[in-house]
Amino acid sequence: MSTTRPDLIVIGGGIHGCSTALHCALRGLKVLLLEKDYVGRHSSGVNAGGVRQLARDVAEIPLSVYAMEFWHRIGELVDDDCGFTCDGQVLVAETQDEFKSFRSRVQELNGLGYRHEELIDAAELRRLVPAVAETCPGGIVSRRDGAADPFRTTQAFRRKAEKLGARVLEGVIVTDVTREGSTWTVRTSAGPFEAPMIVNAAGAWADRIAAMLGEPVPLEVIAPMLMITARVPAFIRPVVILRGRKLSFKQFANGTVLIGGGHLGRPVRDQNVTVLDWVNLAESAKTVWDVFPAMRATTILRAWAGIEARMPDDIPVFGKSSTADGAFHQFGFSAHGFQLGPGAGAVMAELVATGSTNMPIEAFRIERFRMEGAKNAGGAKESARQVLEG
Amino acid sequence: MNELRDVSSLSERYDIVVVGAGPAGLAAATTSSELGASTLVLDENAGPGGQIYRAVTSTPVSAREILGEDYWRGAELATAFRASSSSYARGATVWSVGPALDESGCSEALEIGVSLGGSARLIQAREVILATGALERPFPIPGWTLPGVMTAGAAQIALKSSGLVPDGRVVVAGCGPLLYLLTEQLRAAGANIVALIETTPRTNWAQALRQFPDFVRSPYLTKGLKLLWGARRHLRIVSGATGLQASGDGRMTEVTFRLRGKEERLACDLLLLHQGVAPNINLSNATGCVHDWDDGQLAWIPRVDEWFLSTVPGVSIAGDGAGIAGAESAPLRGRIAAIAAATRLGLIGADERDRRATPVRAELSRALRGRLFLDALYQPAKEFRIPTEENVTVCRCEEVTAGQIRETVALGVVGPNQMKSFLRCGMGPCQGRLCGLTVTEMIAEARGVSPQEVGYYRLRPPVKPVTLAELAALPKTEAAMRAVVR
Amino acid sequence: MFRRLHDVEGKRVTFTVDGRSATARAGDTVSAALLANGVEVCRTTPVSGAPRAPYCMMGVCFECLVTIDGNGNRQGCLIAIEEGMLVETQKGARAVAVDGRAGAGA
Repeated sequence: MSTTRPDLIVIGGGIHGCSTALHCALRGLKVLLLEKDYVGRHSSGVNAGGVRQLARDVAEIPLSVYAMEFWHRIGELVDDDCGFTCDGQVLVAETQDEFKSFRSRVQELNGLGYRHEELIDAAELRRLVPAVAETCPGGIVSRRDGAADPFRTTQAFRRKAEKLGARVLEGVIVTDVTREGSTWTVRTSAGPFEAPMIVNAAGAWADRIAAMLGEPVPLEVIAPMLMITARVPAFIRPVVILRGRKLSFKQFANGTVLIGGGHLGRPVRDQNVTVLDWVNLAESAKTVWDVFPAMRATTILRAWAGIEARMPDDIPVFGKSSTADGAFHQFGFSAHGFQLGPGAGAVMAELVATGSTNMPIEAFRIERFRMEGAKNAGGAKESARQVLEG
Repeated sequence: MNELRDVSSLSERYDIVVVGAGPAGLAAATTSSELGASTLVLDENAGPGGQIYRAVTSTPVSAREILGEDYWRGAELATAFRASSSSYARGATVWSVGPALDESGCSEALEIGVSLGGSARLIQAREVILATGALERPFPIPGWTLPGVMTAGAAQIALKSSGLVPDGRVVVAGCGPLLYLLTEQLRAAGANIVALIETTPRTNWAQALRQFPDFVRSPYLTKGLKLLWGARRHLRIVSGATGLQASGDGRMTEVTFRLRGKEERLACDLLLLHQGVAPNINLSNATGCVHDWDDGQLAWIPRVDEWFLSTVPGVSIAGDGAGIAGAESAPLRGRIAAIAAATRLGLIGADERDRRATPVRAELSRALRGRLFLDALYQPAKEFRIPTEENVTVCRCEEVTAGQIRETVALGVVGPNQMKSFLRCGMGPCQGRLCGLTVTEMIAEARGVSPQEVGYYRLRPPVKPVTLAELAALPKTEAAMRAVVR
Repeated sequence: MFRRLHDVEGKRVTFTVDGRSATARAGDTVSAALLANGVEVCRTTPVSGAPRAPYCMMGVCFECLVTIDGNGNRQGCLIAIEEGMLVETQKGARAVAVDGRAGAGA
């Protein structure tokens, strides 16, 4: 192990930290990644695994389309297929009004030059998703979307990064970050580490790192919940999502069905614990009941939740620090960061190595929270956060 | 006792909810209702008694001598419970215990998810006593998943609950006191027991003898001697057998073993396996209670204080679920847990708590005498805890073999939770009840570290499957309807 | 595999197993009723189609899964047999028919 100083310290071992570590290693940078639990312990390791360009905020689309190219060659990138399957993702409209809004959406995207979302009518919807309720008038399909194994993917990025010389330390929690001249000192439970550059990819704890850099953000800690069923004979191939009611629905090759969608439990982030909210899970179950009548006899075998970061505008914080040189942020993916990971790490590596990127990331700048209105919202979120942590 | 027959007749909130109507649960509920706590017992089975006293109020077996005198002691516990003011719901499955949620976050109360009669409901309690008892240790030998292979406990249940006796040639194999008890019960009921294959390693005696003085003072000495003597008089006992296997095409027809270097085959119709019991920790694990590995019992034991309070506020664990200690100690632990819970509820003061608990503790320490001897003597042999053959099924639900598990450890997987990215081991409906102990020990051995370091599956509710229909129809509690955040 | 002790009394219950008529005793669980009627295999596994039968009889092993009155994946050892119950052994994964009705198997 080299005793020379790393070029970059990445804080956080989720998909984003590991992806950045890998892409920086590919550029020949010496990377040290610090993870407070173990790689993939939180959101990145327990999410629904959706690999989705579908239904994204317009600001995220370029990054998502870019990331999708990596997904379709993921085996080459990380020497592991990550369990990636591509059967498309379908956004189902439950009502005519929803369908109308989907039509406008697709028109908007086409106008901006994006073709990955296609409007489909009831007949095509039923062809792609035969089991969906007959009352659904249509939807949007993104055919190149799919799903992967989140923990396995995160670990694969970590392993490849290490193979290329990155160093990953687990069980190391960052307690302070300070800059002297052109050197960052990152103080941790395992002693101090120094590097000229740092990336804050600390997920649901990234607000603390941001605060250490003098740029506090109104990050909300959330605990999106998931349920998995007993095996059911194969009856659905694409991932199905709903927007009006929260649902994401995926059947694996082994027959089990994963039900998600973002219903929230309660996180207790400093104990690495989440409390399931059964009334909210009941909402998920009711939605499945309505949209997939064939699932009514299914049994739920397990439910869980991850600890995730949500920003008030539901898009991430990504880009240079607003207060100091040599610091970068990559967090706040608001329960839809998994698919972006393989691409976001490449863009961050470009930013770190060259100082700029052609990827449009203006919308993600951390400065947006410094504006007046956001400051008030930040205050409210701060006290809500304190209450959540009880 | 107030029997509740459907989910809508459960109150929204109780002082104390007891999960399990075995000896610990019955005693805990009787005590807690005596002390003035509104109490509800939720139990999965058709009647009280748990496993050890299963069907004690309804067994069709009328000849007392078949089941033995100890069994009927359970009837006393059930009688006292019936005379108490506790509520009771049979056929009720508890699938979740966790903090109750309200507008401001987590409240001090506990929320219990329960299914009864095909409907699910969330109710609240200020204290929960988990008395879910023990389960039989896994016994992963080749062929153990074949029809015609069951646990000794299964045969005992068939006998007690339904008066069913094995028809045909029976082989009983394993170790532990229950093996002898069951063999006696089956024999007395007319079963044809071809052989009792003992897998207790001879080396256990050296360990056990260190605990012998304690055993001599215990109630188990005479009981044990009676059982052993009864057993040896009537049947063929094979001691120190290794390489136990069940085989057959579509169902078990033959048991094979090695004795002093020679292989022997026994044609038979039913193979009953048993190598001791371990705490049933699925609910305590999913509730967030900390568990520690116990080298003597080779099992995970929840961490509890002297009042049987776990590491989760308001959640106590009584009976064998808190560590295997037998049927006599179970009601005593249940009483102590209930006394302490009533104190925390403010129903009695600390002085009265101590006054009531002292004699129970004295009885408990007497009941625990000899347990260490039994633990040491009947520690299952390593070959039956950690299978060496690659094709042995370890995870029955998902059909994962020992070889597959060792392969993933070789890939760098350090514990049972990380293994889930590669194998479905532990992800089936039984939630690791039949593979967890095997997996922890296999990984520990392959890595050369302690089971404590390897850890166990991180379980989450529901600890028993809930149908989508039940969950979709979950009624909103009044508290939930008042809560704005939801 | 099992026979009844000769002096066992109790109300007789009639039910069906895979369409065939069978009798049991009130108080039997579904699994006990099946064993008493010589049904040695109650399901085949969704993973490999291997035959399975109840192993623990106490609700822990999930081997005793059968379909009862159209509802699949029920633990037979925890459910009391009732007059007229339709019990079906399960083949593979619990079937889901696209038109919403439950099927017998994949």
